[in-house]
Amino acid sequence: MSARAGMPLTPVERVGAVALGAFAVLVALFLIAPLLAILPLSLSNGEFLVYPIRGLSLRWFDTFFHSERWATAIRNSFFIGSLAAVLATALGTLAAVGLARATFRGRRFVTAVLLSPLIVPIVIYAVGLYFFFARVGLTQTYTGIILAHAALGSPFVVVTVGASLANFDFNLMRAAAGLGASPLHAFRRVMLPIVLPGVVTGALFAFAASFDEVVTVIFLAAPQQRTIPREMFSGIRENISPIIAAASAAMIATAIVLVIAVHWLRRRSLRGRLPT
Amino acid sequence: MALQGMDGAAARALRRDHSRAERRRRLQAIGLVAPLFLFLLFTFVGPIADMLRRSVVDTDLAAIWPRTAAAMHAWDGAGLPPDSAFNALGEDIRDSADAGRVAVAAQRLNYPILGGRSLVMGMARLAGALDGKPPPQGWKAAFLDADPSWGNRDTWVAIRRASGPVTDYFLLNALDLRKDAAGHLHHAPDGIFLSILWRTFSVSGLVTLFALLLGYPLAYVMSHSSRRVAGILTLFVLLPFWTSLLVRTAAWIVLLQDQGIVNKALIAIGLIDHPVRLMFNRVGVVVAMVHVLLPFMVLPLAAVMRGIRPETVRAARSLGAPPWTAFRRIYVPQTMPGVGAGVLLVFISAIGYYITPALVGGADDQMLSYFIAFYTNETVNWGLASALAVVLLGATAVLSMVYARVVSGRGALVG
Repeated sequence: MSARAGMPLTPVERVGAVALGAFAVLVALFLIAPLLAILPLSLSNGEFLVYPIRGLSLRWFDTFFHSERWATAIRNSFFIGSLAAVLATALGTLAAVGLARATFRGRRFVTAVLLSPLIVPIVIYAVGLYFFFARVGLTQTYTGIILAHAALGSPFVVVTVGASLANFDFNLMRAAAGLGASPLHAFRRVMLPIVLPGVVTGALFAFAASFDEVVTVIFLAAPQQRTIPREMFSGIRENISPIIAAASAAMIATAIVLVIAVHWLRRRSLRGRLPT
Repeated sequence: MALQGMDGAAARALRRDHSRAERRRRLQAIGLVAPLFLFLLFTFVGPIADMLRRSVVDTDLAAIWPRTAAAMHAWDGAGLPPDSAFNALGEDIRDSADAGRVAVAAQRLNYPILGGRSLVMGMARLAGALDGKPPPQGWKAAFLDADPSWGNRDTWVAIRRASGPVTDYFLLNALDLRKDAAGHLHHAPDGIFLSILWRTFSVSGLVTLFALLLGYPLAYVMSHSSRRVAGILTLFVLLPFWTSLLVRTAAWIVLLQDQGIVNKALIAIGLIDHPVRLMFNRVGVVVAMVHVLLPFMVLPLAAVMRGIRPETVRAARSLGAPPWTAFRRIYVPQTMPGVGAGVLLVFISAIGYYITPALVGGADDQMLSYFIAFYTNETVNWGLASALAVVLLGATAVLSMVYARVVSGRGALVG
């Protein structure tokens, strides 16, 4: 414990520090153990999502990747997630630059609106969309779900790009303009390289938000638009089998990729910022 | 003074240039923010506002029974309405039955009137047998013959209140309140919503408490350990954070079900001899929700703790404070912004939870969100679904404003 460094520990303190460390490890295990518990079941050759595993097989992964239902769900998840992330990132980046560029009347209110998708209970949003999209003919369409997920993902982009712009010196843009660069050119060559880690991190957050989202899909999707979490929701409710574990394994693998990517980007952007 | 006066013209020109540049910057900023703002207005704020509107705007009945609505608006509410109102309702019921829409009106009256649906449907059957002619004894007598409730002023007050264009019925109902014919508010003894509201808050409170008790020590160790230990612990927090909610909920089913790992382990060590129920009850909901929301507690806590200078605690120790006192009086107060942010973040998220209680909870563990979905999909009582949404969103909005105050300006949301 560096907080205590340099001070000799009494026996009571040492016991306390060990107990504290042990407790923290237990909590960390509480966080990670459920994920570890479900993974081996994906290799079970049985019909039920219970231990013990009697024999190993890849049949559930085979079903997950090759059955019509799950293969469609995988395609849908990546398709909807990517397009929603692109839309959220484009709109969110512009908005974050705008918020950093100048203060204007109503800026606080606008910011609150831009961040509101983070806090509005998802069921309220899903029900509202269900009524609204029914009127404009967007229920049971990919467009509807992509728009919904882009709205839910956009605040992450606003926050991450906003954070990477926190130390941005807008005089650099003025200097670029003075040297004859068009605004778009100045954005691409001066601002974008600096905020890029924030933009990509925001895009990953937006993708993850869509990839994980199930409630709006429950309300809006036709069977052919179901995503992986939507099929898992049905699977858990109707007949729970090791296919859920196989799907979980795939989702956890995706999460690991995302964690590593975000971690790498954060390191990169910190390193880039060190000289300033 | 003289100096200012001398180059006043130049200063004015400079100021004008400056304010022009200022204005251009402001316009650019607004132009950049506008696309997302308009997008969210269309796809987010609009749909939600439209949904909330249904909690007070009540035009279904007036649309189906226009003559009745007009007669009800003309009625002063004293005694029984005039015969013309009976005639209007009779003709409206007959015509709406022909148009196949009477069931919607009957459903609407079934909310405020006990047996309202059968009251209307009975009259619709009777009117259907008349071949488009008015009943021989007149509509009023026909109504009273069919059911004495039609001679009850309460019935007509309920119709009048349902005739739009606005109603307070659904919002009051969401708080277990009823308005009697005289306009006084009463607590509805058969109301379920206050207890659901209480359940939502108590489950969320319990989840927040456990998240704090588990999260605080973890965040402490994360923030004040060697880089390697801190890195590993952070990974243990971030991986579940990035993993799908459905995966984590499914994982808890593997652990908590009757044939699950926890029950098998408890039996194996001889603590119990047959499985105990850990799922489809409050235990399962709280455990799974604590697991899902714990990162939202740990990340803001750790962000604040990393910024605390250890010298402050060391100074207190060297001045003779026992370790516990130094921790309690010096360290804990400095972590309060993180505690506030984490507690509010977890609580705000918890009160809106839907998926986890739906999958690992029992019938008595469902929270407000579940009933909003239920009244939308199952019973199609959209006014009530919307009124419950107003309650939930109101609570969320108030807590969010508190949250914004607590974190004011710090990007604690994403850790």
